[in-house]
Amino acid sequence: MRFRLPRKGLPQIAAFVVVLLINFAVSPQFFDIRLQDGRLFGSFIDVFNRGAPVALLSLGMVLVVATRGIDLSVGAVMAIAGAIAATLADTHALPVVLLAALGAGLLCGLWNGILVAVLGIQPIIATLILMVAGRGIAQLITEGRIVTFTSPELARFGGGAILGLPVPVVLTASVLAVAVIAIRGTALGLLIEATGANARASALAGIETRTTTIAVYVWSGFCAALAGIVAAADILGADANNAGLWLELDAILAVVIAGSSLLGGRFSLALAVLGALTIQAMNTGILLAGFRPEFNLVVKAVVVLLVLLAQSPRLSGVAVLLARRPA
Amino acid sequence: MTRYLPVIVTAAVFALGYAICALQFPAFLSTRVIANLLTDNAFLGILAVGMTFVIISGGIDLSVGSVVGFTTVFLALAIETWGIPPLAAFMLVLFVATLFGATMGALIQGFDMPPFIVTLAGMFLARGASFLLSTESIPVTAPLYSAVSDFAFRLPGGGRLSVVGMVMLAVFFAGGIALHLTRFGANVYALGGSRVSTGLMGITVGRHTAAIYALSSFLAGLSGIVFSLYTSSGYSLSAVGVELDTIAAVVIGGTLLTGGHGFMIGTFLGVLMQGLIQTYINFDGTLSSWWTKIVTGVLLFAFIAFQQATLALARRSVRGATAKGATP
Amino acid sequence: MSPSPSPTAATAATPLLAVRGLSKSFAGFPALDGVDVTLRHGEIHALLGENGAGKSTFIKAITGVVTRDAGTVTLDGAPVAPRSADEALKAGIATVYQEVNLLPNLTVAQNLFLGRQPTRFGLVREVEMRRRSIALLRDFDLDIDVGAPLGDYSVAVQHLVAIARAVDMSARILILDEPTASLDAHEVEILFRVMRNLAGKGLGILFVTHFLDQVYAITDRITVLRNGRLVGERETAALPRMELIRMMLGRELSEAASEHPAKAATEAAPDAGGAIRFEGFGKAGYVAPFDLALASGQVVGLAGLLGSGRTETARLLFGVESADHGRLTIDGEAVRLASPRDAIRHGFGYCPEERKTEGIVAELTVRENIVLALQARRGALHPLSRREQDAIAQRFITMLDIRPPDPERPIGLLSGGNQQKALLARWLATEPRLLILDEPTRGIDVGAHAEIIRLIRQLCTEGLALVVISSELEEIVSYADRVIVMRDRRQTAVLEGEAVNVTAILQAIAADTPPLAA
Repeated sequence: MRFRLPRKGLPQIAAFVVVLLINFAVSPQFFDIRLQDGRLFGSFIDVFNRGAPVALLSLGMVLVVATRGIDLSVGAVMAIAGAIAATLADTHALPVVLLAALGAGLLCGLWNGILVAVLGIQPIIATLILMVAGRGIAQLITEGRIVTFTSPELARFGGGAILGLPVPVVLTASVLAVAVIAIRGTALGLLIEATGANARASALAGIETRTTTIAVYVWSGFCAALAGIVAAADILGADANNAGLWLELDAILAVVIAGSSLLGGRFSLALAVLGALTIQAMNTGILLAGFRPEFNLVVKAVVVLLVLLAQSPRLSGVAVLLARRPA
Repeated sequence: MTRYLPVIVTAAVFALGYAICALQFPAFLSTRVIANLLTDNAFLGILAVGMTFVIISGGIDLSVGSVVGFTTVFLALAIETWGIPPLAAFMLVLFVATLFGATMGALIQGFDMPPFIVTLAGMFLARGASFLLSTESIPVTAPLYSAVSDFAFRLPGGGRLSVVGMVMLAVFFAGGIALHLTRFGANVYALGGSRVSTGLMGITVGRHTAAIYALSSFLAGLSGIVFSLYTSSGYSLSAVGVELDTIAAVVIGGTLLTGGHGFMIGTFLGVLMQGLIQTYINFDGTLSSWWTKIVTGVLLFAFIAFQQATLALARRSVRGATAKGATP
Repeated sequence: MSPSPSPTAATAATPLLAVRGLSKSFAGFPALDGVDVTLRHGEIHALLGENGAGKSTFIKAITGVVTRDAGTVTLDGAPVAPRSADEALKAGIATVYQEVNLLPNLTVAQNLFLGRQPTRFGLVREVEMRRRSIALLRDFDLDIDVGAPLGDYSVAVQHLVAIARAVDMSARILILDEPTASLDAHEVEILFRVMRNLAGKGLGILFVTHFLDQVYAITDRITVLRNGRLVGERETAALPRMELIRMMLGRELSEAASEHPAKAATEAAPDAGGAIRFEGFGKAGYVAPFDLALASGQVVGLAGLLGSGRTETARLLFGVESADHGRLTIDGEAVRLASPRDAIRHGFGYCPEERKTEGIVAELTVRENIVLALQARRGALHPLSRREQDAIAQRFITMLDIRPPDPERPIGLLSGGNQQKALLARWLATEPRLLILDEPTRGIDVGAHAEIIRLIRQLCTEGLALVVISSELEEIVSYADRVIVMRDRRQTAVLEGEAVNVTAILQAIAADTPPLAA
């Protein structure tokens, strides 16, 4: 019990450190950090900065996966939120812009949650609907164009800095902190884990499984919208076709790396973020090593397979036998 | 009877949609539009046949779009750069694709991993491999290609039933027979019902899983060939996101994503339905392309909600049936 | 039906199935240790033992689902070593499990002929297959539409279809693993008729069950396992019940596992008010309206056959299903009961029969499972501190003697009896006034069984009201103040005081009179 946390996160931390060290090996300037215009720059900082959108997505995804669900629509929701933010940015005040974009994310999450929890549709299917239609909706908002904006307030969400740290990094860290306090500081975490591990038993124990399930999809929608705002602010525009494309897969991969079972139950918010950062560190490393960015996909495929193989019940059965020592 | 209900509804919705289109644009009744519907959706249809097998067996294959992309690039390079005769290149790519699918199936079975995530890795891998081959769009100029695109059955009324359209029809026909009339097909349904029970009934689950994913990838390879013939080029970004269209077509065709239920004819109708939406938008001229995605999403929702409702009804009727008990 | 004369005389020399010295260990722990079993031609042979005795492992080891460490299996004198259920089937050994291992989404005919459908040019001959199916099922007195999905039929029919498939695949040995657990008496009769018929044709049937009555009703001989070892092999007719139970339990115990204590005079005024009163409670098509009044310290037993509406009643009482008739008053005040949360708010608790799927959350620890209902009632925003959780868990682990006494162990790793105790703890932690227990002793080894019964008695002396569903009438009789007998989803009799005895309950269950007007 005393050693539970470190033991649980150890492989993930080790993997992250190893990837960082490999990056350092291929590019000795990897850990170089310089301060410029009140903001820190450098490849190492970049891992956190570029990794922010996926980290945000994985903060949402990890809770959805904990309830034995999956949210395929986060990439499309990013596109919708980015499209709304970019379209409104130059004509409306920042609070209105943020409210509209985040509100859209919450609505998308609510839609998914209702399909899953009320209509009882399998999560992968329920969220597929918005994955397909969502990008169309985003294109509807931007009318098929790439919408650009100049609003400096919104742009700060991508390129700004607080105390030298890029805003996306601060934002992600804050969301992580808030989420940890809200979920582990209360009994929400236990109720979510119970719901994911055995929804029927949880309902009979008096847990509002339906509300819990809707809530995690709404949360996922919120996180996706936030990621969409960051992504749009970063490029000063919204591209409904490509914003958040494939990122749902990165988010799922991050959660899998974090050691969550796709069958629901135990989860760790911090490890999900770490998973996202590991993925970004690999991306960065591949670029630094001079490989073409296309190489990313192949590497990710191999990582997914390796992580899954490591978690495979058949293999872990063997591992348990090997690890069993006289108690 | 309830088993056929989803397909009947799909057919009715398709007929209704077609009627609406035809009322607004009488040209929809011409053989030309019908023939084009088949030609334009040939690659999607071939993918959907494979996906139908996979989904009925209780799985999912997210890699098919990437395999199409890989195939087109591979063919373009093989024919144009490496000088391999087109037919030999076809054989080669079909072999590679089949092996790829069989490997995914073996991983799913062998390590008890969810198909969704294994084929996701397959999707990355195939797409990455095609990027590594080439990121350029490569035109294919082989004489076979122009011969194929020139050849067509002339239909009365000016329609041209192209080779790729005929290939799709043949694949649907063969797929329907394999699914509904062979032992293999029965085993596919069995796997979708329960993998454990199927194994206990003496069906080799592993071999069948590998075969099903191999079939899906083989058809994805074939679809890639068709796509390559259709566009006369190879491009690593071709058919991005097509796996979603394919899944949508299968679901709109009345196949349960949970496995065990569905019909090949339904998938055929699902593919045509997507083609119909696309054609309508093209005819209308004022509607933008993104409406395809939105309407597909709406249709997906409608059909999934409908299936959910019929399942709920079926469950209720089973409760009644248990009261019947054994008939002595 | 005229079973041919027993062929045992002719073939006694070579038994149909001879298992010798079968051993199997899991991670160094022996699950089977040198077990011998002999099955003769035309014999129905019971394989008995407590949970964990090794029955399942035995079946798996001889059908190749798990590999055996040592021992031989001979079929008609020839050694067989199947490596999968499939190979076992080909060798002639077929198993029908409690959860029927067929495909509900396929038609009856496909289920009968899956993997061996008649074909022509590679195509299945559907018409021929259906014709053969109908002919085959006729032998089992089953006249059903073979073109309909199997899932449309009752579990009993599905069992018969599974047996028909096995027999048609020229099985010589049929292993039936708890086939009667979810069948009603009538369906059991049909199954037994089929079993006798098949045995008459020379098949050997290995019958695993925990219903001793059924063992005596149908089997010829009995093999008892205990802790992976063979205890003995006897002729059923020559083995008294007491002796059988002694063999299974390895200790002296009265047959009914209860000592019929002279019930304390708790019948002191069944409290005319009744703290918790369900009046005309019911749901159309689910459970007919009934009255139920419970005072603290009372135990009400619900008796009846499976499918009589006992579990359904429990689910209505707990708000899992919403009643559309009647009302509930607690201490005279009308109360709404629309969900389990409502029920829990009013101090109800419910241990469902399906412990694994509806009770425990296997992945979570014992501590988390124990505090779950209490925490859910407090709401997410009022978390129990870790110290409070530890204290609650520790208290109940000690009080109920949950083993191993480790609150941080995932509950899925505990034995059934300890899981059940942890579930009781979950509800006791909410300090309930009414606890509904559905088959609290099912699937639990005998030691824990007795403890649970002791707990039930203790709880009611502490002022809890209890509704207990059980198939074990002796058990009910030993603690219930009142027994409600159910049939066809309605209450057919209420027995109180002197009338609470096994004979009366049995008579009430069997009674053919129309139920009392509600």
